[in-house]
Amino acid sequence: MSESLMTDTYERPASTWKFLLSELKPRGNPWTIFNMISVPTVIVAAVIIVIRFVYGLSAVSNVTQTVPWGLWKGFNVVTGVAFAGGAYVLTFMVYILGLEKYKPLIRVTVLNGFLAYTFYAIALILDLGKPWNIINPIIGNSFGTSSILFLVAWHFMLYIVAQLIEFSPTIAEWLGSERARRNLKRLTIGAVVFGITLSTLHQSGLGALFLMAKGKIHPLWYSEFIPTLFFISSIFAGLSMVIFQGSILQKVFAYQLDNNSDENHNIMIRGLSRVCAIAMFVYFFLKIVDSVHNHTLGYLMTPMGVWYMIEMIGFVLIPMLLFVRGVRLGTPYTIKLASIMTLIGIVLNRMNVSVIAYRWDEIPRYIPTWMEIVVTVSILFVQIWIFRWVLHRMPVLRTMESMTATSQTQ
Amino acid sequence: MSIDRREFLKPLGVAGASLSGASALGKSKPEPDQEEFYAILHDITLCEGCQECEFACAAANNLPEPSDYPDSDVKRKLKPDQYSVINAVETSVGEVYTKQQCMHCAQPACASACLTQAMTKHEEGPVTWTEGKCMGCRYCMVSCPFDVPQFEFDDNNPKIGKCQMCFDKLKEGEIPACVENCPAEALTFGKRSEILAEAHRRILEDPDSYVDHVYGEYEAGGTSWLNVSPVPFEELGFKTDLETKPYPELTKGFLYSVPSVFVLWPALLMGLREATKKDDQEVMEGADHE
Repeated sequence: MSESLMTDTYERPASTWKFLLSELKPRGNPWTIFNMISVPTVIVAAVIIVIRFVYGLSAVSNVTQTVPWGLWKGFNVVTGVAFAGGAYVLTFMVYILGLEKYKPLIRVTVLNGFLAYTFYAIALILDLGKPWNIINPIIGNSFGTSSILFLVAWHFMLYIVAQLIEFSPTIAEWLGSERARRNLKRLTIGAVVFGITLSTLHQSGLGALFLMAKGKIHPLWYSEFIPTLFFISSIFAGLSMVIFQGSILQKVFAYQLDNNSDENHNIMIRGLSRVCAIAMFVYFFLKIVDSVHNHTLGYLMTPMGVWYMIEMIGFVLIPMLLFVRGVRLGTPYTIKLASIMTLIGIVLNRMNVSVIAYRWDEIPRYIPTWMEIVVTVSILFVQIWIFRWVLHRMPVLRTMESMTATSQTQ
Repeated sequence: MSIDRREFLKPLGVAGASLSGASALGKSKPEPDQEEFYAILHDITLCEGCQECEFACAAANNLPEPSDYPDSDVKRKLKPDQYSVINAVETSVGEVYTKQQCMHCAQPACASACLTQAMTKHEEGPVTWTEGKCMGCRYCMVSCPFDVPQFEFDDNNPKIGKCQMCFDKLKEGEIPACVENCPAEALTFGKRSEILAEAHRRILEDPDSYVDHVYGEYEAGGTSWLNVSPVPFEELGFKTDLETKPYPELTKGFLYSVPSVFVLWPALLMGLREATKKDDQEVMEGADHE
């Protein structure tokens, strides 16, 4: 697959439009296992989405009057945003703290963040009852400024723009415009500072959304510190995503990487693991303090309490220890396992707050339909398609110099 | 006339300005201006469960007539096309009837949650929903402590259904349809201060028939719908674990921290960046090291 990719890649046509057209063409072998699963799934999802807009949400979704937010909001939006937190953490480390060794990870992480936010916005639109009115809080005839959701929505939009600016030099490089690249690059630091500020507020804001649901969320998950807890967990959620994603990209895009990239990658991963472990320790500690403070430890012996301990011990404490162990022994396998467990823990936590422990006492319980699940998965698939398309074409993982070098040797 | 949001939030702002002051708001007397909201008292000792209010509500709001009856074995629920339900409850004093509808909180969670101001609190008291503004995010439903807003999940252009306290009739100087049509005089309409005084008067004059609790006086920071009952409200299935301060107070702390973060973060970040820069040399490739 990589062979066929390389041969026709960088014979750049004279006109930019011809170049763009040639880049739009799919490349490589279309009959991969991933494609054979993802293409039919997305087609089914497209049909489901049509049904949803013709007959209303209840035709495809199990959400109820008492549990009005289901899988699309709980997973695609609330969980997904935490996973996309890697972009603000890494830009903080590289551009603010000047930790240059993490620089190779910046482009791919920012790209992932940008796509993630864009697709979560799409998921949100699918879930809205009257999506055509989404313009209302933007154009200013009805600013609901006392609403946390208003804040989150605006930060979402602005952050998508900030991430696009952060990523734009790569696009300029791809299009071969050195001057545009240099000018866009000047905007980077502003976008980074703005982006980190926005991220701080909307990562915690997503938690603050649930502050008014006091009494509806199980006391083990409800806390007046939800915003802080969401913010801290977005740090290790985002970095775990960077680690997990990196381990896949190292394999799939090996043809773009030079020989010592594996070693460099492992050094970066170990550094990030340290950050994860510390953030997870703080998070775990805060959770305990919070439980003691709110007198919720008594619930631990109830069924919901057991479920809570599975989340906290199985998917926060244990992966935290695995990160520490992985750093100490220098074993990428342990670190990869820790990152996967951490990601599962974040899914559990966000789903618990927004769906599972939300009206935990309500009967019948909300269980997503297969159609909701297909759409949720399809949103991820389309996101991966675009991610893959960009990675194959733009200088995200590799630098421009190494690209020209490889294409010359072909 | 819709109340100007800024005016409406002013008392909130003053109360929330000092975060520590928030708790002081707890069981204090409701704000003076909210005493001027209209309110409705449901006297459960007088209600006969005849459903006249339900039929009047359906007629006033162009909704289908209710087709089921109060039955102590079944809990009837609010629906997108039913804004008011009467339930029969078997209690220690025999069967009594409860009425459920929007409570029209003095400081409603739904209106503060709404990012398009589709949910609005009016100075007359009603909390209303405006179709043209709503984007159907259902955050009002997540926030409402009484689970009142009902969403038309089976419609491709869904509405939120909830009692509007017959806002159109109020503006014409009329009273809500349910109050107007109650044959048992279980419903009383008036200024909230007067209705609250009336509720306490009934309890004082006949302490044997009532429990000493006006539901809605402090619940969720005070509501425009008040209930008096012959039995404790737990027994009736009312939510009794609610906050006594207004629900928007729960998000005030976070909202107030936003401007500070917006001012402090960029300054802090730029400072950190300068502090960690290596001497005489640009750290970033972006900063034109050519």
